[in-house]
Amino acid sequence: MLDKNGIAKRIAREVKDGMYVNLGIGIPTLVANYIPDGINVVLQSENGILGMGPFPFEGEEDADLINAGKQTVTLLKGSSIFDSAMSFGMIRAQKVNLTILGAMEVSEQGDIANWKIPGKMVKGMGGAMDLVASARNIIVAMQHVNKAGESKLLPKCELPLTGIKCVKKIVTELAVLDILPQGGFRLLETAPGVSVEQVKNATAGKLIVEGTIPEMVI
Amino acid sequence: MINRVVKNAEEAIRDIQDNMTLMVGGFGLCGIPENCINALVKKGVKGLTCISNNAGVDDFGLGLLLQTKQIRKMISSYVGENAEFERQMLSGELEVELIPQGTLATRCLAAGYGMPVIYTPAGVGTEVAIGKEVRRFKYNGEEKDYLMEHAFEADFAIVKAWKGDTAGNLIYRSTARNFNPMMAMAGKVTIAEVEELVEVGELDPDQIHTPGIYVHRVFQGEKYEKRIEQRTVRKKA
Repeated sequence: MLDKNGIAKRIAREVKDGMYVNLGIGIPTLVANYIPDGINVVLQSENGILGMGPFPFEGEEDADLINAGKQTVTLLKGSSIFDSAMSFGMIRAQKVNLTILGAMEVSEQGDIANWKIPGKMVKGMGGAMDLVASARNIIVAMQHVNKAGESKLLPKCELPLTGIKCVKKIVTELAVLDILPQGGFRLLETAPGVSVEQVKNATAGKLIVEGTIPEMVI
Repeated sequence: MINRVVKNAEEAIRDIQDNMTLMVGGFGLCGIPENCINALVKKGVKGLTCISNNAGVDDFGLGLLLQTKQIRKMISSYVGENAEFERQMLSGELEVELIPQGTLATRCLAAGYGMPVIYTPAGVGTEVAIGKEVRRFKYNGEEKDYLMEHAFEADFAIVKAWKGDTAGNLIYRSTARNFNPMMAMAGKVTIAEVEELVEVGELDPDQIHTPGIYVHRVFQGEKYEKRIEQRTVRKKA
């Protein structure tokens, strides 16, 4: 079974040289720490950065330079700054190649819910609806089951949707799965020490297991 | 050259009345018009509708206008960092319209570009789409559904820039740019507060982000606090 850093590490292997990538808040942010040397990617932050760098050294924080999670960050050489309209313009125009974000629920059709729990959590969707509606390649990083032990991979999302038919791949503490065009979670890899049976038990939606499932390499 | 300078925030907001709609620039606490927000608290105008990506925190930014219950309705994309906001929303005291961030930005842009509507895929199939016209278009080799969204109309847009000249030309700094340029273009009346106000001729025309034609009033703000919401740092090795 993987911890948060393990999930991030596995997702980092999906990041290819030359990609422009938008990382959501939480586990996706950790992905930046595991992008292998020699792979050149540009991180996009939807508040208006391409070429986002690591956190600043203590004492060098700049209140005018934050990421979409409102954290102080730095800029790498070759970075650029732009306004919010252009930022979502490049997202809608599919210039950003890969979006990695968290989710509360994903359905076997690739629908995603991650912004609202009615009557409980009302924070808003931020840029998530724009990202999932436009990005061609969307990977979800999340726990396979919620705190109550219920599967987050469902036949149909129960929470208010963020987007429909958009998620391409899911990486959880148990497995890597993709979503088939006709619907269904196809098991691609299991996490070290996790059996196919365990993944089956933790997946409420339709799980497709074809042949022998390899163990993740991380 | 036309002169857009007003003395201070009080003069800039002098004719903002109860029940008006305001656009307020900034992302989180970054690039917010601190002076004008403070002046609005002091003036005590009520029943405001605020279009702003976020709602500040409890004791800073738009949070100050929430504390004094001067805001009737917020139109935002993310309001997660404000407990008083959540309380007022859940109790029904505050009307809230949550919309996708890119939709918010582009509805401002549309207003400034003279286009009454935009079509965006953001929110298709979600509760955001309820009651909206859906049309199918082919774009980038792909056919999919788009929502029709209207350009915003706001009585005032209040923005914050780094430098401005007396003709109202503005330059923003770093990610404090965010929503400010498109909101500046979208107000019936646009107020810009700047950290440094200079004479015409001192800013390089090639570097201007917002041309002064969009800016009706400009003044040099004071005592910028520039509060950081999430101070994240690394240790020096």
